[in-house]
Amino acid sequence: MQKKTKTTKTAPKPTKPTAEKPDSKLGELQTTRERKTVLMQGNEAVAYGALDAGCDFFAGYPITPSTEIAEILALELPKRGGVFVQMEDEIASICAITGASLAGAKSLTATSGPGFSLMQEGIGFARITETPCVVVNVQRVGPSTGMPTSCAQGEIQQSRWGSHGDSPAIVLYPDSVKECYELTIRAVNLAEKYRTCVILLLDEVLGHMREAVSLPDMANVRVISRIKPTVPPHWYKHYDKNQKYLSPLASYGEGYRFHVTGLTHDQLGFPTNKVTEAAEMMDRLRKKITYNIRDLVQIESYQMEDAKIAIFAAGIVARAAKAAVAMARLEGIPVGLLRPLTIWPFPDEAVRKMLRDVDIVVVPELNQGQLVREIQRLVKDRSDSKLIKIQRVNGQLISPQDILSTMKEGM
Amino acid sequence: MANIPQRIIHEWLRHDKKFPHVWCAGCSNGIVLGSIIRALAGMNIDRDDIVMVSGIGCSSRMPVYVDFNTLHTLHGRSIAYATGIKMHKPHLKVIVITGDGDCTAIGGNHMIHAARRNIDLTVILINNSIYGMTGGQASPTTPHEAIATTAPYGNIEPDFNVCDLAMGAGASFVARTTAFHTVEVQNIVREAIDHPGFALIEVISACPVIYGRLNKKGGPPQMLKDMRDNSVPLSAAEKLPPEKLEGKIIRGVLRKEIKPEFCASYADLVKRVQAMGGEK
Amino acid sequence: MTNYEIRLSGSGGQGLILAGIILGRAAVLDKRRVTQTQSYGPESRGGSSRADVIISDQEIYFPEATSFDCLLALTQEACDKYLFDLRENGILIIDTTYVKNLALAAENTYELPFTEIAIEKLGSPISTNILSLAFLVKVTGIVKESSLKQSISESVKPAFVDLNLKAMKLGFELAAKYQK
Repeated sequence: MQKKTKTTKTAPKPTKPTAEKPDSKLGELQTTRERKTVLMQGNEAVAYGALDAGCDFFAGYPITPSTEIAEILALELPKRGGVFVQMEDEIASICAITGASLAGAKSLTATSGPGFSLMQEGIGFARITETPCVVVNVQRVGPSTGMPTSCAQGEIQQSRWGSHGDSPAIVLYPDSVKECYELTIRAVNLAEKYRTCVILLLDEVLGHMREAVSLPDMANVRVISRIKPTVPPHWYKHYDKNQKYLSPLASYGEGYRFHVTGLTHDQLGFPTNKVTEAAEMMDRLRKKITYNIRDLVQIESYQMEDAKIAIFAAGIVARAAKAAVAMARLEGIPVGLLRPLTIWPFPDEAVRKMLRDVDIVVVPELNQGQLVREIQRLVKDRSDSKLIKIQRVNGQLISPQDILSTMKEGM
Repeated sequence: MANIPQRIIHEWLRHDKKFPHVWCAGCSNGIVLGSIIRALAGMNIDRDDIVMVSGIGCSSRMPVYVDFNTLHTLHGRSIAYATGIKMHKPHLKVIVITGDGDCTAIGGNHMIHAARRNIDLTVILINNSIYGMTGGQASPTTPHEAIATTAPYGNIEPDFNVCDLAMGAGASFVARTTAFHTVEVQNIVREAIDHPGFALIEVISACPVIYGRLNKKGGPPQMLKDMRDNSVPLSAAEKLPPEKLEGKIIRGVLRKEIKPEFCASYADLVKRVQAMGGEK
Repeated sequence: MTNYEIRLSGSGGQGLILAGIILGRAAVLDKRRVTQTQSYGPESRGGSSRADVIISDQEIYFPEATSFDCLLALTQEACDKYLFDLRENGILIIDTTYVKNLALAAENTYELPFTEIAIEKLGSPISTNILSLAFLVKVTGIVKESSLKQSISESVKPAFVDLNLKAMKLGFELAAKYQK
């Protein structure tokens, strides 16, 4: 909750952009927290990551297996003067965090499959209006109610294509409790920087898993905040096209009386039907992602240097894959692992390189072929037989032994 | 008033940007917009502190024309967006413009829960009894037996009493008026904005081009006259026997009570938690 | 040392996930690497429940126990389901209050009616989880006894610390006196 600060009638003095500077007030609050090694749950790490990234607004609706995130933030946000509000459903939750963000908050919600489906329209609104916010989706087995306490990776494609219309997506995918913390901070930072709804995908097992972790001191946490406009209100353009597709963002109540709409809009934010302006808006949404692939894509390459076989896996399945790599290496089989931390935009370049370098690619995943679909898209002229697919949707994890034995059969 | 009404309106409109507006000739939305602006102009509120939020529909196009902080959201979700804005910056005056379909069909859930929480929003529901923008489909307030394009043989559903719905959900300020009574709209809007809690105003309005034609209501002047002739102020209605009130629109502030407001309760909670020692 | 894999199994409501968390925290106090995962049904009570704890000095890749160094089974169903994944020479600990049949004879089997003992000595079955966990810790030596004690004190509600420490002490005693 923010106290009223008197808005200036005159044009604000030009100041340097405030982005990429640690929030000092938050730093003071956080340094008092003990940073010793503790046994921490994935969902807990998400909640603390959100707080350390400067999130001061959470709206959500309880749903297994994401509820711990809401419960921890219900406990922690009031201590920091932030807002926690339990909404009437997931639709209201995504709308409330978008509204709060337009008023200047760093906002976040957390949900699982059924709630994520309900949020899709609101996610599209946040994307077209270029409003920063973060949606955490702790995936469970679907479709529909499915198996609420079992693990699946069924929303890899939905997180990219779930909302109607063409809109860009930034989706991050951690594989450890520590990374849940780190990628939550990164999700908030990217949302602020790219002015969009960033999605963090977790696997159910990861959300509930506990690991010994030691969180970094706040001094070592890099926090990015949206760039504020420095121009007088009558010069302000909410979607200024002269700024490499990333433009400063004013908040409600700061003297910039701008308009925001889910309709296709011009650079001021007013609705338009002009074909040139419509094309410009769509270009801007796409290019702010595609022009910044290098900043957005993160990938872990494990024992790939001399690998003839590569496993491509994300999240908890990559943990099994890493164990399988270690086991195979003991037997002298040259296997490596390529793991995307950013699944959207998809790491096309790294995957193309992998396809050039190795003879066999193994793609284990807890769905019926969502990651492998992207690999196949990039295979093109090469034979499909090089792909070994391991797919499981019964709620059980894929074990290192499963990967190892299937890989050996396919060799 | 020192200012000529017309000039006040133009000062508060984005008159150089998005006109002409989308509303049909004879539509009540412009009348209601005028009343809202006159209400606000007399209130000494900083324009930078006003946020107007709307959903989807004819009335929900209103924010684009006014020089406030404005947000045109998804169908039915305006109150949920408004809740986020208000919770983060409670000093802002958040006004929600919505219609009968937007607020009582697709957005019904958000309306009743905002009423239950008693969050300080001013919801102005412009009720034209039809989905006008999309050409005349039945809404939850389309009267029984009225004609709509999705009820071509007459509406077999009963209609919502919007004010009863809001009061049942716990709204602390509920009022009804009509687009004919422009000064009354202005006064009630002012009272609602001053009210510290969830306020819902139902403004009965005319959609002569769609609803009026489908149901042979006789054009804009006739529909406004009907609002005058078919409505009774609450003070008069209280003295009349029920049979005399059959089919009448009862106008006035139907409920006004002071209850704990949500943002204030949350601020108290924050104070209480921080007094307990902040960090664990 | 390679990974030490422990599975605590039984039914929902027996406090096995809490036992897993307590064991995991004790391992953290010992400055070991640890992962703790769980599997349970959507309900809070009944249904099958298990908690896996893997303790190691190296990075733990796959967090689910696949070949147990130690299996604790508090119900017949859990014992039947997981017994065959016990590693050769792995330690099996069963609660004979509920486990009446063993499908195969494991070499290192410890049998005690933990639930009955908890009811008799501690007045309620509620501390069966801590009683059997303490027994497991003493038998396997996987974490320091002092670490377990500290972990219990930090993990249960203040009102239940005494009861659970009493259960822990009893578990240690039962393990010390146990005759195979």
